[in-house]
Amino acid sequence: MSSQIFVSPSPHVHGPFSTKRIMADVIFALIPAFAVSCMVFGLGVITLALVSITSCVLLQYLIERFIMKKRSTVGDLSAVVTGLLLAMNLPSTIEWWIVVVGAIVAIGIAKMPFGGIGKNPFNPAITARVFLLIAYPQQMTYFPQSMSSCVDAFSGATALTAAKASAVDFATVDHLNMLLGAQTGSLGETAALALLLGFAYLLFRKVITWHIPVSIFVTMALMASCYGIFHFTTLSAVVSFAAFHLLAGGAILGAVYMATDYVTSPMTKRGGVIFGVGIGLITMLIRLWGSFPEGMSFAILIMNGVVPLINKYVKPKRFGR
Amino acid sequence: MKTFPIGGVHPHDCKEFSKDASVEVMELADEVNIPLSQHIGAPAVVKVANGDKVLVGDVIAEPGGFMSAFIHAPVSGTVTAVGEKVNAQGIPQMMVTIRREGDDWREDIDRSSELVPTCQLDSKQIIEKIRQCGIVGLGGATFPTHVKLSIPAGKRAEFLIINGVECEPYLTSDYRTMMEYTNEVIVGIKILRQAVSAEHVLIGVENNKRDAMELLSKCLTQCDGIQVVPLKMKYPQGGEKQLIAALTGRQVPPPPALPIDVGAVVCNVSTAKAVYDAVQKNKPLVERVVTVSGRDVKQAKNMLVRFGTPVSKLLAKCSVEQCDKQKVLLGGPMMGRAMSNLDAPVTKGCSGVVVLTSKEASRCEQKDCIKCAKCVEACPMGLEPFMLYKLSKRSNWDLAEQEDIVSCIECGSCSFTCPGYLPLLDYIRLGKGRVMANIKARNRK
Repeated sequence: MSSQIFVSPSPHVHGPFSTKRIMADVIFALIPAFAVSCMVFGLGVITLALVSITSCVLLQYLIERFIMKKRSTVGDLSAVVTGLLLAMNLPSTIEWWIVVVGAIVAIGIAKMPFGGIGKNPFNPAITARVFLLIAYPQQMTYFPQSMSSCVDAFSGATALTAAKASAVDFATVDHLNMLLGAQTGSLGETAALALLLGFAYLLFRKVITWHIPVSIFVTMALMASCYGIFHFTTLSAVVSFAAFHLLAGGAILGAVYMATDYVTSPMTKRGGVIFGVGIGLITMLIRLWGSFPEGMSFAILIMNGVVPLINKYVKPKRFGR
Repeated sequence: MKTFPIGGVHPHDCKEFSKDASVEVMELADEVNIPLSQHIGAPAVVKVANGDKVLVGDVIAEPGGFMSAFIHAPVSGTVTAVGEKVNAQGIPQMMVTIRREGDDWREDIDRSSELVPTCQLDSKQIIEKIRQCGIVGLGGATFPTHVKLSIPAGKRAEFLIINGVECEPYLTSDYRTMMEYTNEVIVGIKILRQAVSAEHVLIGVENNKRDAMELLSKCLTQCDGIQVVPLKMKYPQGGEKQLIAALTGRQVPPPPALPIDVGAVVCNVSTAKAVYDAVQKNKPLVERVVTVSGRDVKQAKNMLVRFGTPVSKLLAKCSVEQCDKQKVLLGGPMMGRAMSNLDAPVTKGCSGVVVLTSKEASRCEQKDCIKCAKCVEACPMGLEPFMLYKLSKRSNWDLAEQEDIVSCIECGSCSFTCPGYLPLLDYIRLGKGRVMANIKARNRK
């Protein structure tokens, strides 16, 4: 036999998952949505995404090498995901330096000071988006007019801004158009169908489970319907109102790609449902009664803060108990 | 299709290497080393001395307590040493060394291949016979079978469950036993049923062994009450608690509860075959079917091997390609133990020898935990491996106990699935050992 053999405790084989593969899957799942936003907003969004990704990766590399003095972990692609998600959360007209500021907040404030991947309590991309929204409200809500008819109907503002101003007639909303990507907003807010395609891919690859996104959607739909019952006369308008809220703004992007971030979501499926219901509730509270048209990012950020509590009290069902 | 209720993973089953290889009889070694502890419980007490002549089947060691087992001479010859020898893990252990001379068996052992289908003994006599023949669980846990069959007062065995799952990748010894000793296995099962007077008998077989299921069902037609149940391919389907839950829907509570507390007794198919040999043929446990498989194994085989045969002999027999940095496992890749000494003997618990290539053998570099909860999802006991890992790492034994670390069955699903390649089970095993020692110390007070 061989002169040297390996010895280690069991198990001696490993499954197909690795951090890198999971991150690559998330990037892959975002490609259709990104492609749609290229079509809607023009090729400029590629530059935007490149600036965002490069700043995130570079910043993480520099911090790890020169401040934390350890081997860089950018190879696991998590910084690429953060950069891409940040870009998906920005309007296409944003100035490049604001993107860099966003990257600094995401990596330099929300992620690395807590110890890097796996240790940040708040989702870096969402933290950056909320920061930019507060710091640069005008630039963050300046959306281009798009060529589509549906968006013309909302005349430059996002669908949710229009809804806030009671400028939407819910009897005539073209849901199909919203689904296909004809609404203005951030890069990742245009293409509901493409985002859902990515959702299906992530489920298929077992990267995420349905619990968080579906509980967000169900809660939002229920809240919108309850609100609708008191404000509309016909059932079709109520249904239309609920569907509008699921398709408009960052609902799908947030629920599928941001809320399911491993690090900042609960460890159990039951915990995930509680987390999802919380996000759905807060989002709709802000959308329906708050002064901001969109509340998804705030809702995720707030529920990120509740995750340790959920993890403490919601345990998986033990075998035999 | 039935399966266990929580967790589980899907490793490649890798059975294709050896599943079609019929059981071959391995030639006898010239010298065998028989460890005195080949079972869970107290080590056996040696009954032979240097220079004693033994026949195959002679008792060489007696049980060291109720929870212990007889050990018999697997070859005939002369005892040349009784003392410490290095075992497979590199730890010195008491062993009896026998230099082989011929192959002479004890007279009262029936070595014919004729099937003896009926058994007139009562429960007590069967269990005593099984004890005398040194039968232990051959699935790998080596729990003394007579202990398992002695139902405590007030308990009742509603279900006798026969484990033909063999969910460990590579291993095919149970499969070959079902295929080639079908009738013996069935008679063994009936004897086991007689011993525990079980109402229902269920044979659980994983769905990748359809031909074995068909064969068993075919041979079972006349005798009612024994049911072959196909189970979903999912690891650890063959874990005792998982198998009971899959077949009966009942969950065994955490330790110290035992399967009998939910009315179940579980025995492996190979154990059933050994029980047949013991009760019908008066043949003690001196050999077993061992799978030798792996990508570096040129001729993967299933072999009938006498205990005490050096593993290195099996590897040579299967023309294992020699290369540096291989890993040789006793058992399968999920729960098997890596060998550091390849000259160590085959023992009662050794269902297979798996050789992993140097590429398979090396562990990937450990990354950070990304709290993906895949370990929580994979754990068949509903535990939170990432947390138990952290608690063990920080030596926080009290909290680890609260988080049910002792419920861990060490199946390795957590480490298998972890995208960060964290050595979850390494630390959990460590913590479990400490917590169990703490509990024991507390109970003693």
